[in-house]
Amino acid sequence: MKRYSAFAVAREAARFHTGWERAWRNPAPKSRYDVIIIGAGGHGLATAYYLGKNFGIKNVAIIEKGWLGGGNTGRNTTIIRSNYLQDPSAALYEKSRSLFETMSQDLNYNVMFSPRGVIMLAQTQHEVRGYQRTAHANALQGVKTEFINPQRVKELVPIINLDGPRYPVLGGLWQARGGSARHDAVAWGYARACSDMGMDVIQQCEVTAVRRDGGKVVGVSTTKGDIDCDKLGIVVAGNSGHVAGMAGFRLPIESVALQALVSEPIKPCMDVVVMANTVHGYMSQSDKGEMVIGGGTDGYNNYTQRGSFHHIEETVRALVETFPMVSRLKMLRQWGGIVDITGDRSPILSKTPVENVFINCGWGTGGFKATPGSGWAMAELMAKGHGPLTDAFGMERFREGRFIDESVAAGVAH
Amino acid sequence: MSTRLATGGRLLTKDKPVTFRFNGKQLRGYEGDTLASALLANDQMLVGRSFKYHRPRGIVASGAEEPNGLVNMGDEGKFEPNQRVTTTELFDGLSATSQNHWPSLEFDVGVINKYMSRFMPAGFYYKTFMYPRAFWKHVYEPFIRQAAGLGKAPKARDVDTYEHYHAFCDVLVIGGGVAGLLAAKTAAQSGAKVMLIEQTAHWGGRAPVDGGTVDGDPVEDFVEKTVAELASMENVTLRNRTMGAGVYDHGYVLGYERLTDHAPEAAGPRHRLWRVRAGHIITATGAIERPLSFAGNDIPGVMLASAVRDYVANWGVSIGDRTVIVTNNDDAYLTAFALKFAGLEVPAIVDARPAGDESPAMAQAKALGLRVLHGHGIAKVKGNKRVTGVAICAQAGEGAVLEEITCDAVAMSGGWSPVVHLWSHCGGKLAWDDAQAFFKPDRDKAPTGADGAGFVTAAGAASGALILSDALGDAHAAGQAAAKAAGFTARKTKAPKGETPAEAPMLPVWMMPQGASAPLRAKAWLDYQNDVKVSDVQLAAREGFESVEHAKRYTTLGMATDQGKLSNINGLATLAGALDTPIPQVGTTTFRPPYTPISMGAIGGEARAEVFQPIRRTPMHDWHDTNGADWEPVGHWRRPYAFVRDGESTHDAVMREVVNTRQNLGLLDASTLGKLVVKGPDAGKFLDMLYTNMMSTLKPGKCRYGLMCSENGFLIDDGVVARIDEDTFLCHTTTGGAERIHGHMEEWLQTEWWDWKVYVANVTEQYAQVAVVGPNARKVLEKLGGMDVSKEALGFMEWADGEIGGFKARVYRISFSGELSYEIAVDAGQGQAFWDALMAAGAEFGAMPYGTECLHILRAEKGFIMIGDETDGTIIPQDLGLNWAISKKKEDYLGKRAQARSHMTDPERWKLVGLETVDGSTLPDGAYAAGEGVNANGQRNVIGRVTSTYHSPTLGRGIAMGLVLHGPDRMGEVISFPGTDGKTYEARIVDPVFYDKEGEKQNV
Amino acid sequence: MLILTCPMCGVTAEETEFHGGGEAHLKRFGPGSSEDEFEGYLFMRENPKGVHFERWRHANGCGKWFHAARCTTTLEVFGTYAAQTYEPPAEIKAVISDKRPGWRWREHS
Repeated sequence: MKRYSAFAVAREAARFHTGWERAWRNPAPKSRYDVIIIGAGGHGLATAYYLGKNFGIKNVAIIEKGWLGGGNTGRNTTIIRSNYLQDPSAALYEKSRSLFETMSQDLNYNVMFSPRGVIMLAQTQHEVRGYQRTAHANALQGVKTEFINPQRVKELVPIINLDGPRYPVLGGLWQARGGSARHDAVAWGYARACSDMGMDVIQQCEVTAVRRDGGKVVGVSTTKGDIDCDKLGIVVAGNSGHVAGMAGFRLPIESVALQALVSEPIKPCMDVVVMANTVHGYMSQSDKGEMVIGGGTDGYNNYTQRGSFHHIEETVRALVETFPMVSRLKMLRQWGGIVDITGDRSPILSKTPVENVFINCGWGTGGFKATPGSGWAMAELMAKGHGPLTDAFGMERFREGRFIDESVAAGVAH
Repeated sequence: MSTRLATGGRLLTKDKPVTFRFNGKQLRGYEGDTLASALLANDQMLVGRSFKYHRPRGIVASGAEEPNGLVNMGDEGKFEPNQRVTTTELFDGLSATSQNHWPSLEFDVGVINKYMSRFMPAGFYYKTFMYPRAFWKHVYEPFIRQAAGLGKAPKARDVDTYEHYHAFCDVLVIGGGVAGLLAAKTAAQSGAKVMLIEQTAHWGGRAPVDGGTVDGDPVEDFVEKTVAELASMENVTLRNRTMGAGVYDHGYVLGYERLTDHAPEAAGPRHRLWRVRAGHIITATGAIERPLSFAGNDIPGVMLASAVRDYVANWGVSIGDRTVIVTNNDDAYLTAFALKFAGLEVPAIVDARPAGDESPAMAQAKALGLRVLHGHGIAKVKGNKRVTGVAICAQAGEGAVLEEITCDAVAMSGGWSPVVHLWSHCGGKLAWDDAQAFFKPDRDKAPTGADGAGFVTAAGAASGALILSDALGDAHAAGQAAAKAAGFTARKTKAPKGETPAEAPMLPVWMMPQGASAPLRAKAWLDYQNDVKVSDVQLAAREGFESVEHAKRYTTLGMATDQGKLSNINGLATLAGALDTPIPQVGTTTFRPPYTPISMGAIGGEARAEVFQPIRRTPMHDWHDTNGADWEPVGHWRRPYAFVRDGESTHDAVMREVVNTRQNLGLLDASTLGKLVVKGPDAGKFLDMLYTNMMSTLKPGKCRYGLMCSENGFLIDDGVVARIDEDTFLCHTTTGGAERIHGHMEEWLQTEWWDWKVYVANVTEQYAQVAVVGPNARKVLEKLGGMDVSKEALGFMEWADGEIGGFKARVYRISFSGELSYEIAVDAGQGQAFWDALMAAGAEFGAMPYGTECLHILRAEKGFIMIGDETDGTIIPQDLGLNWAISKKKEDYLGKRAQARSHMTDPERWKLVGLETVDGSTLPDGAYAAGEGVNANGQRNVIGRVTSTYHSPTLGRGIAMGLVLHGPDRMGEVISFPGTDGKTYEARIVDPVFYDKEGEKQNV
Repeated sequence: MLILTCPMCGVTAEETEFHGGGEAHLKRFGPGSSEDEFEGYLFMRENPKGVHFERWRHANGCGKWFHAARCTTTLEVFGTYAAQTYEPPAEIKAVISDKRPGWRWREHS
C-alpha cells in the first residue's frame, strides 16, 4: 500500500494523479476464511481491522451486499462523544472516542476527527440534575466532562438563545474532547487498512443463508457462492433481525427510521456540537459549512430509509427557538436512516445461540461515534469469547433484567 | 460584455424601472427582471467564487438549476445567505452581496491557481493534513472551514413570519409549463378537484421561448388561453411562485410558496408551506439542459444555450456580442437563431455530431449564413474572469487546436435531462433512454401509496417527452390517467396538436473532445459550485470508488446547494466511462427532498416564540406570576419553583417557605397533579393489576398511596388513590404522569383486558387543587367554615365532599410533607377565588404560598421518594424499601413477573438510605460514592449515588437520599462522594426519615 | 406521512393523529411463566421486512387502540382491524395473500 501524505499528493500531481492505486482491492471470495464478517459498514470493517491488528487474525472476509459504508455509516450526523452515564456505556464509548483521536494516523487516512467539543443543553431542572449526575459518574469513569453554567454555554455557542420563552437554557454538560469526524472516511480508511492486511472486502455480495452443522456455524451462502468460515460476525445495522433470522435466532430489536437534514453551507458560526434533548434537536456545523441537524425517529417499523416530514418540522421548530438565526437558513437535503432499537436502547455485542456466531447490533441512534470502539470490543469478543468492554452487552441481559439504560429520565414528576 | 438590448424582454415591464444594489454599487433594472437578468444587463457576469478553489464564477443558467449565482441578500432581520439570483425576482431597493471571497469578488486571495489546484484533486484531504496530530483541529480545519461555507451566517432574529396551509385535492399538478397546464385542464374536465402549482411567477415554462404552435396558434396563445380557462374553473386552484418541494409517503406533498420574497415590504407571511394531500400527483416538472464537459467550461461567459436564449427572449439581455454555440443536438440552434435575430454575432455553431442528414435547424442555420462546424468540439475556453475566445478541435481527437475563435460568450448544450426529482423522492424508479441519453421515469415503477398503487404520473418533458407534440400528447394522457386514478371519469377529449420543426437525433457527448488529454480533463468542470472536474471522477474510479454513492461522496459531486441538477448525469456518465460500464448499470444517487432548498422559517411555520409549545396554566397561574413566582418548566406546565420576595434570593425564598410551612401555614398549587377517574364494576380488579398494592380492598371514603410499575418491573408513577364509591376510584398521578398514565390504563384496558368493565377519564383540568399545609392548616379551614375537618370527622388518609368557605370542595387528608395537611379540590373555575379566600383567611395564621423546591425539601425531610429523583426508569420498588406497598397476596400485577428475574432479586442491587454529611454541608446533586479500586475497564468502582440532596432549614444541615450497595445493612457507616468541584464529601448512612419519625405532626 | 383508517371510529387520517404501539398479537406472560416465555413476550420481536402486524392508537382522535397490517418495505397498508382479537382476521389475511402471495408472519400465512 502506498502511504498517503502531502508528499505523495505532490508527486502524483506531476502526472495528473494517474498513478494512484485502488484504495482497496476488489477480490473474488475464497472458499474459506477463519472469520467472516457480514456487513462492511464502519463497525464491520473496524471489527475486521482490530481482529488483524490486535489478534493477528488476518484470513478474514468482510461481505457486503451493497457498497462498503453505504448504510448508516454514511447517513448519520457524525457526532462523537462519550459522556454516557452507565459504566459499561461510558467504557465502550470512551474507548471509541480515544481511538478516534489517533485514527487518522493509525489508518494513514485523514478521517478529520475534530474534537471541537459537545454540549448537551439542560433546559429543565430535571435535566440539570441528570447532567450533574452524569458529570459525577464521568469523573469516576475517566471521561472528562463538566457541567457548565448558561454564561459559559453562551461563550461556546454565541448563536444560542439562552432565554427561549419555553425552555430557557439552565446549563449544559460539556465534553471538550467530543466532536465529529468525516463519516465516509472512517469506513474508507478501515477498508483500505483491512485490504492492506490481506483481508478481502467483498462488495455486491449478499448473504442468503447461514450454514450450520449442529449448533455450530460452518459458513455462509452468498450471491457469489458458498464460503466456509470458523467464526461469523453479524454486523448489519438495519438488517440485524433479517440476518439473525437466517442464523435461526430472534433479536430484541425494532427497526425504525431516523431523520436528519442539512442546511445550505454558510461561513463558520458554531464551533461546537449542541444537543438539546428536551426539544429533540441537535446541531453541528460541518467543515463544509452545512448545519447538520438530527431529529427524531418514527414510531413504526420502516425499512424505506425515508421518513415523515412532521419530525423535520418539530426539529426545525425547536432549533429555531434555540438558535433564532436558523430561521433564515434553508434546508438543503433531508434523509432517513434505519436504526435498530433494542429493549433498553443500548447495543448488543454478544455471543448467540449458534456457536461461533457473534452479533453486533442495536446501536439505535448512536452507532457512528462507537465505530472504532465497537470494532475493538467486537474483535476481542470474537477472538477470545469475552472481554471487559462487551461483557455487559450480552443478549442474555434482557432475560435477566440487567439493562443498560441511558435514558435516566423516567418522566418529570412533582 | 453582457448588456441590455433595446428590444425584447417579454417578461419585463419597461415603464417600471427598479434600482438595486450589488456589492454596494447602485444598478438599474426593470420590474419582471430576475436578479440574474438585471445583473447581466449591468454587465455583472462575475457573481461569486467556487467552493474549493475560489475560482471566479459567472451565471450559467436561468432557473432553479443555477449553481453559481448565490448571494447574500437583505439586512439585519431580513438578511439571508445563499439566495439564488436566477430565482430571485428583482424589486426596488434589493441589496445583494457576493459570497465566498476575501477581500473582494474581483480580487480573492483565497483563489487556488491552476498550478496549486493540481495538488488538490478529489479527496486530497483524506491523504494529507494528518501530521502533526494536533494540527487538524488547530490549523488545518479552521483554515478549511473558513475557506469553505458560502454565504455569511445570519445574526439577527428573523423579523418575517411564516405559515402552513393544508390542501386536499384529487389531482395535484406540479409544474405550470404547457404539459402541466394541459394535464391540469384535462384532469379538471373530469370534475376532479385540481391544484396546479408553479415555482416561478409565470405560466408556460420554456414553451414561449422555444416556440412552436398548438393547433396552429403560437404556443404562447395556448398558454394564455389555458391559464384563463383553468382560472375560470371552480374546481381548479392555481398557485404560482409555489414549488413542489417534496413528495412523501402515501401521497403527501410539500409545496413551498414564496409570498413576499419579490415584495418584501408587503404585509403578511414571507413563505407559506403547503401540506397537500392529493388523490393523484402529476409531475410536469420539465427538463434541465446539461452542460458539456470541455476545458474551461467554468469561465464566466460560458452558459447553457437555453439560458442564453432565455435572457434574450425573456429579459432582453445579451450575454455577449459574439457567442459561440457548442452542442450535440438541434435545440441549441434555437439559441443561435435568437441571437442572430437580436442582431448579435454568432461566429460559429460547433456541433459535435458529424455531418449527416440536414435537419430543418441546420438548414435554417445555413440560410442565416451561420457557420456550422460539424464533428468539432471545444478544446478549451480562453479567458480568466471572462471568456475571450475558444480553441476548436475535432471532437474525435485528443484536443489538437485547429482554430481559435474570438468570442465573449459560449452557449453550450449537452442535451436535456427530465426533472425526475419529485418522481423519485418517494421511491419512483428510473429507466435509461439510450436514444436521448437520459434517465426518465419508469412508468411501471411509480412510487406506491397506502393502497399499493402508483400515485405519481410524470407528464411532458419530465417524463421524457421533450418535443412539444409529444409533450402535449403525454400530458393529455397523464391528465386523464390521474383523473381516473382519483376516481373520476375522464372526458373524451383529444390532445391538442403541437408542431415544432423536426430535429435530428442528439449524440451523447460526455467528454469534449472525446479523447481529451489529462490536462484538459483536469480543467473540464462537472460540478461548478463544488469544483468537481472530469479528472476527479476518473480519479475516484481509479481508486476503487466505483459505486455512484462512493464517487459522489469522494468527489462531492452533486452535493452542493444545487444538488447536482447540472452535474449528476454528466458525472454519472463520466464514472460509467471510467469503469467501462453502461450508464444504467452505474445507477443514480438517491433524490432527496427538497427540490431546491426551502427556508427553515417556512418549515417551522407559525409555531415560534410564545406559540412554539403553548404553556399549560393552572387557574392560579396569573396570581403566581404577579406574586414573584420563579417559574420552572414541568412537563407542559410551568410551576413556581419558589415565590421570591423583593430583596430575597431564590434560595432565601425556598428556606423561608420551608420554615413557614413547618411552623405556620403553606399553600401549594397542586392543580397540575394528574387526576384520573377509574370507574366500573371491575375498577378494583383493574387497579389491583396496575398498582403493586391492593386497591380493591380500599373502603369508600379512604385513601391509599400506590405504586405503579411498567410490565418491565420499573417504577413509573406513584400517587394517592381515593375510593369514591364501590365502583369509582380517583387516582392521583405525578404532574408529568397524567397523560402517560391515562394512556397506560387505556392501553391495558383496550388491548389486554378488553372484557373488563371499566372506564377511565382524565379529569386533571376539571379541578383546581390546593394543598393547605402546616400546623395552622385546620385553623384556616375552620375559619372559612363549612364541613367538619376535625381529626375525628376526617382522619388521616380519608377524604370527604363538602363545602369550605362557600366553595364546593373535595378534601383529601393526605400529606406529602409530614405536616397536618389537606389537599382540597374545587371546580377549576373556582380555583383562583378559593386561593384568594385561603390567602385572606390564612393571613392571620401566617399563610404563604410555596413552590416546588420547598415541596421537595419537605418531602425529603420525611424520606418520601419522588418519581424522577429516586427513580430514573431503572428502579424497582424493592430498591426503595417500599416492599410494604407491594401486595404479597396478589397473584399478579404489572411488573410482578419482571421483578422475579435474576437481576431484580440480586442482593447486590443498591438500596435507598438517608445520607448525612459529616460536616453538615450539602452533598452535590448526582454525586457517586466511590468504592475500592477499579473495574475491568479501569473505571473507579462505585458503591452508591445521591438521588436527592438539599439543605434542610428545619434541621439546619444538608440531608440527602441515595442508593447504596447493601445500604440498609450499613447504618452509621461513612462513605465518600468525590465531587466534580475537587472536594470529597463524607456522608454517614442513616435512616431516610430525617424529621418526625413517629409521624406525630401529621396525625393531629 | 402515513395515512391510516381507524376501524373504531372510521376516520381516515394522517399519521400525526395516531401513535404507533409496536408489534401486535403479543401474548402476555405473567407470574409463573418461564424465562423464555417472559423474555419473548417482552423483548423478542419479528421486526420483519415485509408484511407486519402492529398496534396503533388513534391518540389524537377517538383514543382507541387498533391493529394494522402493513408492509414495512413499501409502507402499503393492507387493512386495519379492532384490537380485541388474538390473531389477524381472515379477511385481512386474504387481502395480504392476494397482494403478497406466500407471505408468512409468525405462524400465520
